[in-house]
Amino acid sequence: MTTGDLIGKILQVVIGLVVFAAIVGLLIFLMGRRVGKKRSWWQLLWFLLPAVLLLAVGLVWPAIRTTGLAFQDNAGNFSWDNFVWMFTQPSAIRTLVNTVVWVLLVPTFSTALGLAYAVWIDKSRGEKYYKALVFMPMAISFVGAGIIWRFVYEYRSAGRDQIGLLNAFVVAFGGEPVQWMQTDPINTVLLIVVMIWIQTGFAMVVLSAAIKGIPTEQIEAAMLDGTNPWQRFSNVTVPGIRGALVVVLTTISIATLKVFDIVRTMTGGNFNTSVVANEMYVQAFRASEVGRGSALAVILFLLVIPIVIYNVNILRKQREIR
Amino acid sequence: MRVHRRGRLIAAAAGVGVAALALAGCTGDMEEGGEDVDCSEYEEYGTFEDATVTIGGTILDLEADRLVESWSDFATCTGITIDYQGSSEFEAQIAVLAEGGNAPDIGIVPQPGLLARLAQGGWLIPASEGVEANVDEFWSEDWKAYGTYDGTFYAAPLMASIKGYIWYSPTEFEENGWEIPATLDDLTALSQDIADAGDHKPWCVGLESGEATGWPGTDWIEDYVLRLHGPDVYDQWVTHEIPFNDPQIVEAFDAVGEYLKNDDMVNGGIGDVSTQISEAFQTAGLPILDGECSLHHQASFYETFWNPEGGDEVTVASNGDIFGFLLPPADAGDPLSVTGGGEFPVAFRDAEEVEAVRTFLSSDTWANNRVSLGGVISANTGVDPENASSELLVQSIEILQDPETTFRFDGSDLMPGAVGAASFWTGIVEWVGGASTQSVVDEIEASWPAS
Repeated sequence: MTTGDLIGKILQVVIGLVVFAAIVGLLIFLMGRRVGKKRSWWQLLWFLLPAVLLLAVGLVWPAIRTTGLAFQDNAGNFSWDNFVWMFTQPSAIRTLVNTVVWVLLVPTFSTALGLAYAVWIDKSRGEKYYKALVFMPMAISFVGAGIIWRFVYEYRSAGRDQIGLLNAFVVAFGGEPVQWMQTDPINTVLLIVVMIWIQTGFAMVVLSAAIKGIPTEQIEAAMLDGTNPWQRFSNVTVPGIRGALVVVLTTISIATLKVFDIVRTMTGGNFNTSVVANEMYVQAFRASEVGRGSALAVILFLLVIPIVIYNVNILRKQREIR
Repeated sequence: MRVHRRGRLIAAAAGVGVAALALAGCTGDMEEGGEDVDCSEYEEYGTFEDATVTIGGTILDLEADRLVESWSDFATCTGITIDYQGSSEFEAQIAVLAEGGNAPDIGIVPQPGLLARLAQGGWLIPASEGVEANVDEFWSEDWKAYGTYDGTFYAAPLMASIKGYIWYSPTEFEENGWEIPATLDDLTALSQDIADAGDHKPWCVGLESGEATGWPGTDWIEDYVLRLHGPDVYDQWVTHEIPFNDPQIVEAFDAVGEYLKNDDMVNGGIGDVSTQISEAFQTAGLPILDGECSLHHQASFYETFWNPEGGDEVTVASNGDIFGFLLPPADAGDPLSVTGGGEFPVAFRDAEEVEAVRTFLSSDTWANNRVSLGGVISANTGVDPENASSELLVQSIEILQDPETTFRFDGSDLMPGAVGAASFWTGIVEWVGGASTQSVVDEIEASWPAS
């Protein structure tokens, strides 16, 4: 590619954006002229149309097609084989089990740690800095985090210089270096640690804000009633931030179900560490088994749905209370 | 307020400028060279106006530069602009691109298995008569068959590599009076001698390769299947006429296991058996240079890995620091059989300029051009071996051109992706990690797609 090509491409992008803006502007202008002419139903349709169209093309149709592919073999005939494979092959079952372990451990630990930290540093001097410290991993991409932590877990055989932090500690205390990334099942737990490290900051920030939203009167009243700090925490703080807790737990659960980058950069799904999203990519694109990949995508979709429904329900209930 | 606004504008403009500069840095403007090109060799391909052919493939960096250089004269003389775009994700994306109608005009596919899948999808344009004539003239039947699917010939081979080299230090062999083994048993005896001497383990092995971890192990198995049971069983194995857990395959696994699963044999200079999985294949052979191991099994392309920093500190030659011999046959009298790999430029667009490029790529002119630039070999019989850049490559070309050589394509590249690029790799990892041969081959067999 030459600089000329590059300028051409940048021009293309700019022209595309200008055309898009012009069309949207024209639409809004035309709609605006209609205001007050009792055509609100038409207006609604016109404003929704672009979004609905894009959703249909970019989201709904692919979802339908993926579901269709999940029930086809390579020749395109209807078959249950992809699902049979998923629930009978030991390696595929292991993938499902790993995903469940991830979803159980990551949201629980990141929320618990984030909450504890938020309560602990609340109203302390230098709170801002303590917060920034824990929040910083959020700014690192998953791939970046994966590479950093792979160095932490790096292994060199006994007698050679350990370049991995964890093994350096082990050796310093007189132990034998361990092949962390190859030892099942500790390797899955170590990958989960990376995700917790990233997500704790998110939980901490949201929960800290929620804690600050609890009316001081409630806390003071509880203190007057002679409660100890633990009772205040469990009976005043936690109910006060319930909504935020649910949001944090469900958001992290959904992010965890989709985890792909960490596993792919750190182990590539080897050594029994694969999860559904990684296996989905491997099957669909590397193994050319589009049906199996699609079946895994469908399972992932089914796993996310209850969490989303629960999330929406809780939010709706809270709105009703208010 | 006005001042403030202008400040912002300037900042924005500066931002765009910086971004443009940064991007321009990546483009690597090339000088338009080659004013005095002898076009007589390229007349047969005709001339075109405003014709552009896009090519995609897995070839990157220096290799990609050489590839572009190899056809620059052709492009100048015929007037075809050739755009090459390399990507390490090419194999994963090409089927998706083809289905969406966005594939490049030519895709350089490194696996016959992938070629078959693309042909099955109905996206490939069969090769033109010019390409087929070149292949019939310059390549063996075996090679032509790898570019054929279901009776239709789709693509000529491009470059090639030979697998199954065993790298060793000629000086060390000479000092100890070791002979280059003539049979597999000799190799076992040699390895045992080195192990018994006790100062270092004979073999060093590295299977780590990111998400493809395990593939160097599949090369071992393929080499042993071919040598122990011959080309017919090999063909039946890769086409699934015999199951993956056939006793003959188990035998090959166990023969390899004598080395890879044996703490006396591996992993010299690195650690115990389990370290094979975490040792990157790129660096695994280097302990030979320090005398910490003596033998390393890896393809001909490993030649460039001996000098990881570049330069030529380590000389690869039969009288130098490092050289390679082919994994010997089972019996001394057996014909030479080798496994190897190669690429196939398949076409996605039916146009004269595309076929002109493909015809050129299948010619002896191109093969000699590319081989002269160094680093690779071709199985094109029109190649003069002396054009190759090193002693090992000259030897490799001679092996490929020898009509007595039984050549078989890398088996995992011929198998369906679900096996060759997935369960076979992970199976090797589990197997070296301690799983029994039978359980591993059973699991790989179960993953073989039904259709």
